[in-house]
Amino acid sequence: MTLLSAPVEYVPTGRLRISGLPRLARRHPLVVIGGGLLALLIVLALAAPLYAGDPLNMDPFKRLQPPSAEMWFGSDNLGRDVFARTIFGARISLMVGLLSAAGAALGGVLIGVIAGYNRGFDNIVMRVMDGLMSIPTILLAIALISLTGPGIAILIVAITIPQMPSVSRLVRSAVLSVRERPYVEAALCGGARLPKVLWRHILPSTIPSLMVQSAIVCADAILTEAGLSFLGVGVPPEIPSWGNMISSSRLYLAIAPLTVFAPGICLAVTVLAVNLLGDGLRDLFDPRAKRRRR
Amino acid sequence: MLMQKSAGNDVLLDVRDLETHFVGDESTTRALGGISFQVKKGETLGVVGESGCGKSVTALSILRLLPKMNARTVGGEVRFHGRDLLELSDREMRQIRGDQIAMIFQEPMTSLNPVYTVGRQIAEAVQIHTKASRSVAMAKAQEMLRLVRIADPERRVNNYPHEMSGGMRQRAMIAMALACSPELLIADEPTTALDVTIQAQILRLIADLKERTGTAVMFITHDLGVVAETCQRVIVMYAGSIVEQANVIDLFARPAHPYTQGLMRSVPDQRRGRQRRLPEIPGIVPSLREPIVGCSFAPRCPFAIDICREKTPILRDVGSSHAAACWRAEEVMGA
Amino acid sequence: MAAYILRRFVSTIAVMAMVGIFVFLLLRLAPGDPAAMIAGKSATAEMIAGIREKMGLNDPMPVQFIRWVRDMLGGDFGTSIFAGRPVLQLISQRLEPTISLSILTMIVSVTIGVSFGILAAWRAGGLVDRILTAFATLGFSVPVFVVGFFLIYLFAITAHWLPVQGYKPIDHGFGPWLVHLILPTVTLSIPYIAFIARITRASMLEVLSEDYMRTAAAKGASSYSMLFHHALKNAGVPILTVIGLSFAGLIGGVVITETVFNIPGVGRLVVDAINNRDYPIIQGVLILVSGLYVLINLAVDLSYTLVDPRIRY
Repeated sequence: MTLLSAPVEYVPTGRLRISGLPRLARRHPLVVIGGGLLALLIVLALAAPLYAGDPLNMDPFKRLQPPSAEMWFGSDNLGRDVFARTIFGARISLMVGLLSAAGAALGGVLIGVIAGYNRGFDNIVMRVMDGLMSIPTILLAIALISLTGPGIAILIVAITIPQMPSVSRLVRSAVLSVRERPYVEAALCGGARLPKVLWRHILPSTIPSLMVQSAIVCADAILTEAGLSFLGVGVPPEIPSWGNMISSSRLYLAIAPLTVFAPGICLAVTVLAVNLLGDGLRDLFDPRAKRRRR
Repeated sequence: MLMQKSAGNDVLLDVRDLETHFVGDESTTRALGGISFQVKKGETLGVVGESGCGKSVTALSILRLLPKMNARTVGGEVRFHGRDLLELSDREMRQIRGDQIAMIFQEPMTSLNPVYTVGRQIAEAVQIHTKASRSVAMAKAQEMLRLVRIADPERRVNNYPHEMSGGMRQRAMIAMALACSPELLIADEPTTALDVTIQAQILRLIADLKERTGTAVMFITHDLGVVAETCQRVIVMYAGSIVEQANVIDLFARPAHPYTQGLMRSVPDQRRGRQRRLPEIPGIVPSLREPIVGCSFAPRCPFAIDICREKTPILRDVGSSHAAACWRAEEVMGA
Repeated sequence: MAAYILRRFVSTIAVMAMVGIFVFLLLRLAPGDPAAMIAGKSATAEMIAGIREKMGLNDPMPVQFIRWVRDMLGGDFGTSIFAGRPVLQLISQRLEPTISLSILTMIVSVTIGVSFGILAAWRAGGLVDRILTAFATLGFSVPVFVVGFFLIYLFAITAHWLPVQGYKPIDHGFGPWLVHLILPTVTLSIPYIAFIARITRASMLEVLSEDYMRTAAAKGASSYSMLFHHALKNAGVPILTVIGLSFAGLIGGVVITETVFNIPGVGRLVVDAINNRDYPIIQGVLILVSGLYVLINLAVDLSYTLVDPRIRY
């Protein structure tokens, strides 16, 4: 939704040292809190059919009911169980967030690596990325979806494309800085093939920054999906997603505030978990950043 | 202890048992282990020692300029005109900084604010401490630039720091420090970052201005040659303590601490021409994180005997206005 | 300097060309017949043919592109399929609320964000810093529309202090105009306050550890003067940069905020255009917004010289 992600600098010397969870929790509580919360949300979403009711079942006699033992968060304007819908909605948000992060990471790595190695490609593709960055994410997604019609697959594509410039820039700068290193030159002179050098020597060094950037992309993707669904161009309206729920319940804000706030709060908590994880990872990989932030 | 008995009217700054710690996540560093010394009106006091010995920390502790985050002055007094600076409110302390006690720093390249003109930065010091208007303060800034012998001061007041050379920036720093005619100027390695020829000019400038204004100077340096040229009295610091204190002639004639001797041996002697290699003091400065048993210099000291490793020597008189913190000072002086 | 401006301007044009090609190809390369897609499911063959003719879709691509660019440079951004009126005219009718909201949001978020960042950096590690950092993280995480509905529920529905929705043009009076914009502005500002505060804090922390800050302290400068005169101007370049870069995000936020508060601005125009499958409008807004973004960032780049005398082009 918002392009509010602070640019992640490429950190050349990221090392992961984990000796036991308690130590990690003490030194980097954000990683554990954010990661734990995210894991919990994923489990809750996956296990939804085991404990939540049917999110699609409408009951015209139970419209806009207050919370009860049967429906913990009450019901919406069509008499659907808000709790069940909220829980099932988590599936959409998490899926879109994780898939977009993975897609942006994959695409970004591919573009970034090639751009870092081939000057001609670099010049062209980086200008394209400049162009992409100057179009607001939401407008770009709106344009794409207005041409194809709503659908989850096109939604993920529409969210992923605007995220690629930041990742590919990151990877490109990493490749540019690593390729001059003696050990890479040595490997190339020693007859190693380029793809192997990339895979063995260059990509591993970008993983820390890539993980941090992926968390940012994931949070951004979840917000964008919710925003687009809220505007009516995201997930098809029949699927329970948090954005859709808020969009269809907003007229009943005064009567049944929970129909808006239940998905809203879940959305905020999910994004918060991802952001905390991202911040924590940044501190973990770049201790200097932590000192700066303290 | 020595020289404290004569806390008469000629004493400008009287530091007693000043102790400063750096507090880290896991350990505390005892950067200053309770040092005492005085600066008299109008004199130039040299403070010498290797980097990390606590010279700059002393200066910054006096002015209370250490980062509040991790540095604590935990004990002692800093009496200036009889008032303990450590007891003053922040506001009172600000009135003293730059007005009665001014400071110049080691790095002229980074010590001036890059986004304001040099003139404006000098004028700022004037405006903070007097009721002068902007134009009066700028006129004063121009006058100060002339005083520190910057050519074409009318034009230079409007220069930004990046438009000046290192030597010129250090002159501007001096102009800024002296703009309010302080009684004490603390110069923290003012020439270290400069070319040798510029160094000499700056030293001469400080000496001249001191003559003219009667400002007392606390001159911090690691360079004994500079001390010999500019100072009347010297204190030698090692590992957060004062190990020797003397007037400059006595110090060079009869150094009473093995560390001072070591420092002198590592000064290049021009008469001997280009030497093969400067003898260094072997060993490293001890960590100040753990308490030190015995003399902190003992591990590096050629004179060290058992008592040195067991009991910490305190500063004691070894001559008239000459003191050293060494169990074997007399033998060292004779050596 | 002139050479730099020229070079920067050329690269601006290059970026805009990229945007143009992208937007142009988007419609043409999307699966299916663009004319049929624009016409909608219930369109007859004649309607589709009409649209095809009107948009010149029968010509070769390069011809289409050159005509498309030439038309836009001449101020012709096409005609709305639904309203049948020029896109530029429709957009300009909706500009006032959007510009009002954007400018108010920028003023609020820069003022508050920079102050928060300075405060947090000044007391780094302290309680205030922790609270502000927590707020910033939260501000990033709560979606604009959730904040919006929360504020509506609190201040409009429950307390009746402010209007629930809607917009009053400024020539109906400054008071009503402002009252209607308070909640939208606060809503849209929150993520920007968080963002600007975070960058300001980081940038200030870097500057506060510089040697010249110690020089200023040694001069006897007050905390206020140290922070606002000595540090802030040095920390200005990164802050200005993010303000420029966050503009693209702001527009996205504007679209959602206008929907939440039912403000008839450009954002609503776009949302309505989606429902009406009115692609020319979306395309026009896309081009104009990107152009504005590129120009704003050009202006930001050039403004660095005002902040930092070391930067010379």
